[in-house]
Amino acid sequence: MRKTISIILLSIVAVGMSLSLAKVPFGQPKTKVGQRYIDKGVEETGAVNIVTSVVVSYRGFDTLGEVTVLFIAATGLGAVLKIGKREAAAIEPASFVLRTGCRVLFPLILVFGSYIFIHGHLTPGGGFQGGAIVASAFVLIYLGCRERRISETASTTLESLGGLVFVVAGLIGLAVGGYFLLNFVPKGQPYSLLSAGIIPVIYIAIGFKVGSELAGIIDNLIEEST
Amino acid sequence: MIFFVSLLVVLMLLGAVAACIFRDLISAVIAAALVSLIASILFYFLQAPDVAMAEAAIGAALTTAIFIVAIRRTNRYEQ
Amino acid sequence: MSFLENYAFYIGAFGLILIGLYVILVKHNLIKVIIGLAVLDTGVNLFLISVGYITEGTAPIFSGSETDGQQMVDPVPQALVLTAIVIGVAVLALALSLAIRLYHHYGTLNLREIREQKW
Repeated sequence: MRKTISIILLSIVAVGMSLSLAKVPFGQPKTKVGQRYIDKGVEETGAVNIVTSVVVSYRGFDTLGEVTVLFIAATGLGAVLKIGKREAAAIEPASFVLRTGCRVLFPLILVFGSYIFIHGHLTPGGGFQGGAIVASAFVLIYLGCRERRISETASTTLESLGGLVFVVAGLIGLAVGGYFLLNFVPKGQPYSLLSAGIIPVIYIAIGFKVGSELAGIIDNLIEEST
Repeated sequence: MIFFVSLLVVLMLLGAVAACIFRDLISAVIAAALVSLIASILFYFLQAPDVAMAEAAIGAALTTAIFIVAIRRTNRYEQ
Repeated sequence: MSFLENYAFYIGAFGLILIGLYVILVKHNLIKVIIGLAVLDTGVNLFLISVGYITEGTAPIFSGSETDGQQMVDPVPQALVLTAIVIGVAVLALALSLAIRLYHHYGTLNLREIREQKW
């Protein structure tokens, strides 16, 4: 009964969506604002990666909202899952090859993730991608060397510091120029590392924040017994 | 070239149907990770390298890890 | 043939959205519903990026070589989808933590049994 009603409703949705999708041509330019960001992007923000300049500079306030939503989700998960104290049952340690392999790979993955969020304005990448790769390095440590945990104060301190740097950078822009998140650091030469004003600073702060936040989420979900 | 893209789209839809049908929840999560991985390849074909990297790192790796850790704390088979 | 060329990406995104909606509407297990939510999320992101594609366009990054005069694809949907992917994983993590608390309280994750057990 439930299946037939849902199939009827979904077929109505499918007919409606396909009738309206026939009016959207594939491959034609549809907006004018994208072309303007491409034309004036390098001289107004100094970043060579146009998607980075849209995310951090032209639409920086939306990124602040996204960082807030991520913070609320991580805090809510920590609050919901504190059922009691964790009992530390006896875990058998992993084999020697696995432990050594994870220990060798961990700093290499950390360096790779840091490279991606530091060079966010020059190559494809940025704070969110680099932060996710850093969090994957911590998941590897939880799988390989099972008795190590990251300390909770370090992860929450790093996360709060990252968010604080973002908001303070915006407020300094408000104090110096006219509006929130103004690019007050002088933009250097394009294609060099120290260019694009405040964009590398914000992306490094976002990289630290997202990395420690996602690692903290996995840490809250793992339970040691059973 | 367009046949390759069509083959990938068919594989992605088969993976999504498999995530609906499997009763073992860990197999369903692996099928959802396959959907995410093929979507990341399709993002590369649509000339969006930033989004492809984000989908591969966050959608395929971290979502699967979060799901498997949560399934470990509850039932493994769907009743 | 030209139909396939024009609409292959739309069919893929559209199929994912419908399959995700079917899983959310019909299945009884709560974790299956959350897996359907993840598939629906991926479908919507794929649709947004395929709307912003321009034929014979290239990626929106300047590289200092002589191919910089070409037509580039639209960068605004890519920035929005970057935000949407990260928010999707945050919502999934919060939903799974609520599912774990439900399991501890009721002992089962079957939505029909939870609905009968409530009174």
